[in-house]
Formats: sequence, C-alpha cells, structure tokens
Amino acid sequence: MSDLRELYQEVIIDHSHSPRNFHKLDHSNHEAEGFNPLCGDKLTLYLKVNDKLIEEASFQGAGCAISTASASLMTEILKGKTIAAAEELFHDFHGYLTGVCDENTIDKLGKLAILAGVKDFPTRVKCATLAWHTLHAALNNSHNTVTTEI
Amino acid sequence: MKVDNATQQQAKQQKMTKKTQSTSLDVMKIRQDFPILHQEVHGKPLVYLDNAATTQKPQAVIDTIMRVYSHDNSNVHRGIHTLSERATALYEAARDTVKNHINARESREIIFVRGTTEAINLVATGYGQSEIQAGDEIIISEMEHHSNIVPWQMLCERTGAILRVIPINEHGEIILEEYQKLLNTKTKLVAVVHISNALGTINPVADMITLAHEHNIPVLIDGAQALPHCGVDVQALDCDFYTFSGHKTFAPSGIGVLYGKAELLEKLPPYQGGGEMISSVSFDKTTYNVIPHKFEAGTPNISGAIALATALDYLNNLGIENIAQYEKELLNYATDALLTIPGLRLIGTAKDKASILSFTLDDIHAHDVGTILDFEGIAIRSGHHCAMPIMEHFKVPATSRASLSFYNTKEEINKLVAGLHRAKEVFKR
Repeated sequence: MSDLRELYQEVIIDHSHSPRNFHKLDHSNHEAEGFNPLCGDKLTLYLKVNDKLIEEASFQGAGCAISTASASLMTEILKGKTIAAAEELFHDFHGYLTGVCDENTIDKLGKLAILAGVKDFPTRVKCATLAWHTLHAALNNSHNTVTTEI
Repeated sequence: MKVDNATQQQAKQQKMTKKTQSTSLDVMKIRQDFPILHQEVHGKPLVYLDNAATTQKPQAVIDTIMRVYSHDNSNVHRGIHTLSERATALYEAARDTVKNHINARESREIIFVRGTTEAINLVATGYGQSEIQAGDEIIISEMEHHSNIVPWQMLCERTGAILRVIPINEHGEIILEEYQKLLNTKTKLVAVVHISNALGTINPVADMITLAHEHNIPVLIDGAQALPHCGVDVQALDCDFYTFSGHKTFAPSGIGVLYGKAELLEKLPPYQGGGEMISSVSFDKTTYNVIPHKFEAGTPNISGAIALATALDYLNNLGIENIAQYEKELLNYATDALLTIPGLRLIGTAKDKASILSFTLDDIHAHDVGTILDFEGIAIRSGHHCAMPIMEHFKVPATSRASLSFYNTKEEINKLVAGLHRAKEVFKR
C-alpha cells in the first residue's frame, strides 16, 4: 500500500495551487480541449509549434490536483521538445501508469516521475493522463474535444 | 479481510456508541447482519458512506440468493414440474411483498424490471408511443438524476414534444409556484424525483401529484432514493407510476420495480417483445399477455426478485419509522459536525432532507477529497452524481457526497470529519 504523501507530493500540491503556464497562448497554432466526464475535469491546451519543435505550451481549465499538476508539469516539459520526443514521452508515461511498460520506464520519465504514485490508483490514472491525451489531439489537429473515456 | 482486527475494532466501537445513541434501533446488532462492513481498507476499518450509490446487503439477502440457486432454481411460468412451480410461487410471492410494501391495490400493478432506469425508459417509450405528440409538454425538475432526464429528452426528440424544467431555489428545493405555472393543457406527464440523490431534498410529491391531477395529468415518481429511507404508499400519494431499484434498498443489483396504476399499464404498449409477454403467437397475429406479464419479456431476474422481497422484509422487521428516526438523528449530527469544518459548503440545505450530505471543501477537488478519505478507509462518492444540471445550478464542477444508512454510526461521522481535516492539511497553502 502506498502512502498518501507518495501520491500527493509537495511538488504536486505546489503545481495544483500555482499551475505554471496557466493562460491562453496568443499566436498558438495547435489547440485542443480535454474533458474527463467522470469528474468534470476540463482543460484547453495551447501550443506553438515551429518545424516540428514545440516552442511554447500553455493551458487553461479546472480540475483535480492530479490533473492540474500533470498539465502544469507537461507544459513545462514540452517547451523545446520535438513532436516525436513529446509523443514518445506520452507513450512511456501512459504505459508506466497503466502497467503496460515495465518498472524501468520510470527512468525515462524525468520530472514526470513525481506522478508515479498515481500508478497505484487506477481511478486516478485518467486524471494524470488527461493533459497528455489532449496534447496528442492538439498535435494531430483534432478539433473535437478529447475525453478520457476512449 | 482481517476478521480479528475488524472484530476488535467493532467491539471497541460498540463500547463508545452505547453511550451516545438514543434510538430504538440496535445499530451494533444490525451491523452484524452486513458481512461486508467488517473489513479493512488501507489498513483502517471500512467506513461505508456511499449508500446513495448502492447499499450493502444483509446476510438474509445473500442467503436468499444462495438458497434459490441451491434449492429452488427453475424458470418461472413455464414448466409444470415441481421446481418450476416452486420458483414461480416464490417469484409471485415476491411481487405480493412489493405490492404490500408500497401499498399498491393489486399485485399485477408491480412490474419487475432491471432498475429505476429501465422502469423510466419503459414508461417513456410506451407512453411516448401511445400518448405523446409534437407540441405536447413533459415536466421534470432541475434536480433529476440523468435517468429521469435523458429518456424524456429522447422521447422529445422522437416526437417533437417539449421538455419543461421546474427550477429549484438556493437550498435545492423545488419552487412550487414555478411548477404550478408550468402545468397547462399541453402537459402530458410530470416526472419528478421523490428524494434527490445529489442533494437529499425530499420533494413534496403528494402536493405535486394533487396539483397535476387537477389538470388530469399523470405523474411518475422516481423513488430510487426514497425506498431505503422512508415509507412509500402509492395509493396515499395517488401517483400514476412509481419506480425504484433493488440495489439501493439492500437487495441485489439488476432488479427493480415499476409500479403503475392498472388502467394505465393496460393502455401502454409492450416495451420488449419475446417470451412470457405473449398470450399466443402466430405469423399472422400475436396477442399480448395481461399485465404484469406483458412487460416482463424473457426470463426475469428470478433470484433478484425473491431477494428483493427478503430485503423489504428485513426493512420492515427493523421498522421503516425507526429507520427514518435514526437516520434523521444521524443526519442532524453529521450536518452539525461537517459545518464545524472551515471552508466546507453544504450543497443542498432543504428543510425536508434525507440522510445525504453533498459538499465542497475549500477549493479542493472532490476527487482529491475522495482519494484522501479512501486512505482513511472511508468510502464516499465524488463527482456530479449523474445530476450534471444540479452542479451547473450551484456552479460547482463536482461535489463530495456522504450518504448515510441505518448501519452507519456517529463514530463513523467523526472519522469522516477527521478525514476531511486531513484533506485540508494535505492541501494547506
């Protein structure tokens, strides 16, 4: 059994209280909305992509601590990453939390390892991955709202 | 399940509770009837406060299911052998038990369905087919569960009828004056919830039915949350349809009831076609069976219906008045206790309330509250409670909801309060 503090680490609480890059992005060229119908978490992600490089990322919305912290961390991490690298990180992160990828994957997660505790709470995995599903939609120029129920 | 530990905890709790509770219910003895309550979650004794989502089952109900499948299992209304006769007798006796419990005139007015959702869909489909035309109006309230919204929206889409919604006030009560204004010659049906699952509000359904009947409008009452908390007398209410689910009233899931006045049920077309619901079938002409069988196509949930009767017997043995009195006491205690927590906002403060407490805590999301309480062994519901329009009304994305039953104790409320303080501590700035 994991400890409460393993899930709600100080960094997560801090990001949920003061999310980074929490604003609309002027001149964004990719945008998508994410929605988790189970709890009502909603966010809009804004990206500025230039030659397959994510130059800027920001978001707006309302959600639980896990989803807000995850979105906040994601926007920090994305800046300067190529689309391919971002998609690969999403793959590893999602795979780790859902148990598809092995334990060693955690070494590839960098700052995202802080959310590793979510793995023990299957009902909360969707909270942690909402922003990343939304990223995937934004990069693919999907205009529909993505939900975690797919 | 760590039985020894759980038993010790229980004995300890028993000592504490004896001093504080003044009721005719022996709650500690009642808790012994519910095996699931005696386990640990995250190393803490389970505190189950999610009764509005589903209730736990007493041993008697579990035993009934065992007994049916061990001794009496057979299809009903089909064979002429002993087991079939026995199963049919038990199944029909269960119908009589339901009839007596809600004081219907006749047993044939009791239709066994999967649950409240199916019951409402049955009426919306059948009544819609026979009675509703474009421009007609159907009235529901702002505090309905999605199961009493969506079937009517689907009916409106099919027929061109219009859905009218009774607004609620800041306490989460129906505004009766607004309801009266909505009733008119175009209104074909009123469908309202007896007790709100998200707010706990007990609606003045008797008055609402009287008002509708003054315009000759039939009324359907969604009683999913009412059956476990209060006595229901469909003749005294004079409702035209009444629906409830077994699993919210200590019976298994997958069984529920549609009560309808016989003359209305007879007019409704069948819901599903198949076996049991027919009198005779040929390729030229099929004649439908009489009620209730007309609405029970296919093999029903036989053990579920029989176990539902056991659950209702169990409730009646405790005494529904005793239950209501104890839950009122528990609700008052919980309301006072929760309101001592700074930053806690109760959503739903109706004068007439069942033991359901919906709330928000500071700006902590309901899902985070739910996870932190789960660490303490406490089960509550977090979310929109399948009542998104209510969340919209109170301008909250979600609430936390503690829903209490007669097997809950004041000590469990104290644990909830301590858990909420823990949540505040984790999220303190």
